[in-house]
Amino acid sequence: MSARDADLEKLLARTWADKPGLVGWLTTTDHKRVGRRYLVTAILFFALAGALALVMRTQLAVPNNTLVGPDHYNQIFSLHGSAMMFLFAVPVMTAMGVYLVPLMIGARAISFPRLNAFGYWIYLFGGLTIFIAFALDAGPEAGWTAYVPLSSSDFSAGHRTDIWSQMVNFTEVAALCVAAEVVASFMVTRAPGMRLDRIPLFVWAQLVTAFMMMFAMPSVMLASQALQSDRQFGTHFFNPGEGGDPLLWQHLFWFFGHPEVYIIFIPGLGMISSIVQTFSRRPIFGRTAMVLAMVAIGFLSFGLWVHHMFATGLPPLGNSFYTAASMLIAIPTGVQIFCWIATLWLGRPRFATPLLFVLGFFALFVIGGLSGVMLASVPLDTQVHDTYFVVAHLHYVLIGGAVFPLLGGFYYWFPKFTGKMLSERAGKVNFWLLFIGVNLTFFPMHWLGLAGMPRRIYTYPAGLGWEWANMAATIGSYIVAVAVLLFVGNVLMSLLRGKAAGDNPWDAPDLEWATSSPPPPWNFTEVPVVEDATPLWADEPIETLRGLRGDKREMLLTSIAEARPTARWGCPDPSIWPFFSALALTLQFVWTIFNPWGWVWASIPMAIAMTIWFWPKKSEPSSD
Amino acid sequence: MKRAAASIDLAELPDYLFGVGSIGYWGGIAFMLIEGMGFVLAIGAYFYLLPYEHEWPPGGVAPPPLFWATASLLVALLSEIPNVLTARAAKRQAKAATQLWIAWTSVFGFVLIVLRGFEFHAFNVRWDHNAYGSINWALLVMHHADLITDLYDTLVLAVMVFVKPVDGRKFSDVNDNAVFWHFIVVTWVIVYVMVYWVPRWL
Repeated sequence: MSARDADLEKLLARTWADKPGLVGWLTTTDHKRVGRRYLVTAILFFALAGALALVMRTQLAVPNNTLVGPDHYNQIFSLHGSAMMFLFAVPVMTAMGVYLVPLMIGARAISFPRLNAFGYWIYLFGGLTIFIAFALDAGPEAGWTAYVPLSSSDFSAGHRTDIWSQMVNFTEVAALCVAAEVVASFMVTRAPGMRLDRIPLFVWAQLVTAFMMMFAMPSVMLASQALQSDRQFGTHFFNPGEGGDPLLWQHLFWFFGHPEVYIIFIPGLGMISSIVQTFSRRPIFGRTAMVLAMVAIGFLSFGLWVHHMFATGLPPLGNSFYTAASMLIAIPTGVQIFCWIATLWLGRPRFATPLLFVLGFFALFVIGGLSGVMLASVPLDTQVHDTYFVVAHLHYVLIGGAVFPLLGGFYYWFPKFTGKMLSERAGKVNFWLLFIGVNLTFFPMHWLGLAGMPRRIYTYPAGLGWEWANMAATIGSYIVAVAVLLFVGNVLMSLLRGKAAGDNPWDAPDLEWATSSPPPPWNFTEVPVVEDATPLWADEPIETLRGLRGDKREMLLTSIAEARPTARWGCPDPSIWPFFSALALTLQFVWTIFNPWGWVWASIPMAIAMTIWFWPKKSEPSSD
Repeated sequence: MKRAAASIDLAELPDYLFGVGSIGYWGGIAFMLIEGMGFVLAIGAYFYLLPYEHEWPPGGVAPPPLFWATASLLVALLSEIPNVLTARAAKRQAKAATQLWIAWTSVFGFVLIVLRGFEFHAFNVRWDHNAYGSINWALLVMHHADLITDLYDTLVLAVMVFVKPVDGRKFSDVNDNAVFWHFIVVTWVIVYVMVYWVPRWL
């Protein structure tokens, strides 16, 4: 490093430093600190929701079990599903985006750093709200899908469903914040020269996901507001007695719920592409086809929601359309899988832990996909609707399609997050334990579903022939728990005494590996110039640009298609006001569970906090 | 990018931009997509519920009265004059003109809020009367929430351009806010047609 670079780094370290201690912790807007926090929080919620699953599996291990009663069981499965979907799966995927997207596109910061911090706090407070409610015996009780009339005030009195409905608002606000950040980052903060054809596939995946969130999540917010309004204000959206319709709930919910599956799955596709490319040691095969396939999946996923409603008595033409659309989406998914296989085939694969998880994904996702094609067929769906066959299918798809790529991604990027390597040996044991555990848990559920076992029942009588499969599933779930504990142990041990990672331990080609591990708060001391889709594998070293200020938090803006430098952009300083704004919004959301006037009164502290948040400070560019 | 990076000095670039190249613009686009999708879905729900009734509005009720809502529509359309002039002044970076027109846009916003009070008062079906009332009030309240949000945003920006130093970046913010005002007006035209005219046509 030249003396000039060393001086610049010292200056940048001063400029981009967070305040020390608790104040710094609450005020930070560093996307990496926020991203790490998101990851840890999401994994904690995953562990809590997983513990609920263990309770369910223990209850179902033998017939006529009395460990958990029906009311408690309702709350447990409702919170398990809600937490896994709203508090783990989506946030953990967006967390990876929050941490990695700015690094992968060579930016110094995320596009809206304070909004990013605000989104995290909202997510945290929303998760705490529903888990605290559960601890107080006020957990959700109508399933993660909260179908009316089960969730109406007639069948769900008290505030359990209202709390669930507000949890939806908390988590969707948080996710939509990230969606806006990813879109703006993608459009105008890419490194110079990172044209559309040079953007890493993971970043494309995050962009497609962000747009999907913006189109899908308003649907569940509208639905949950309408539900709350039916319960609180006596509106009749879902009341057939006054011109409403319970099926309207299902349409609005699944217009969100089906794309939601892909919102979880598409970032996983991006992770797989990164891992396959690096560990095959060759550029990904069919890059353009891969991007188009992701975009196609994004579009098609909005045309499938009714396949969750085949049992509601739709017109046959509607059924046929949604069957065809459900099968159609297998085509772009297939394109992706064949491109990965081709990349591995043509490359020199190195079977490190991240790649093992990808191979595990292939196996599980293909099984989940096959049962998905079966469920897309109306006659079969009508037979196994609301049985354990569906439980088996959705877990194969979600664990195979999201958790395996996520763990692969976690093993892959952990060195970047922390500067330490995870143990490869523990990683391989982790993989095999999880793979065996997941299959042992969920494969027998196909059979249970075909044998007629309904989902969401708290116990079953002896003599139906369901005993062995339930016991096998319970044993499998404990193996999964051991695998998760091993993963946590591996992380903790590696943090304590892991091998130092260096900047680029996997010899990977993307920009996040061009900076130190963990990266400094400003990500890149000089702006990298991208001339290749795999810049770190190019023959020539990466060139850099000078001229961004070191004494202010500045990042570079570039044009949308060609990524030519267009402006220097002053990033906002750290601030406590996103935290206070999140507290004010939490006050509003929690208040309105009990009293609708909360919408009015709590908007006052909200407006005050957000005004101070946006008010220009002396140090910021507008006051220069 | 050619391999001539050393010859480029980023310090020569401006520190603000207008329109599609700026971060704030994309934040606004994202917000409008999200809100716009909310309206699309609510309108979808409206047409989903409509065929369940033999007549619309159901129960022999007259369609909602037009006077205040139409007045509100006219004021919303007229508010585009100061709004467009605000955006133009901001792009020219003309401080005095920006101050003048953003103040006028705020006045129009206030008038809209007052008209809303009359409009809501005159609406002839309650939200808890039937699903028709529920979905119409949903559309009105959604739009009202957007209007209040943008009016508040406009007021804060107006105060800023009066009391704080105004540089290119602040002008860019004013321009982005004007785009969002267009969104408020356009969505009001759509909501107005849905709530006040669809019951007359169908």
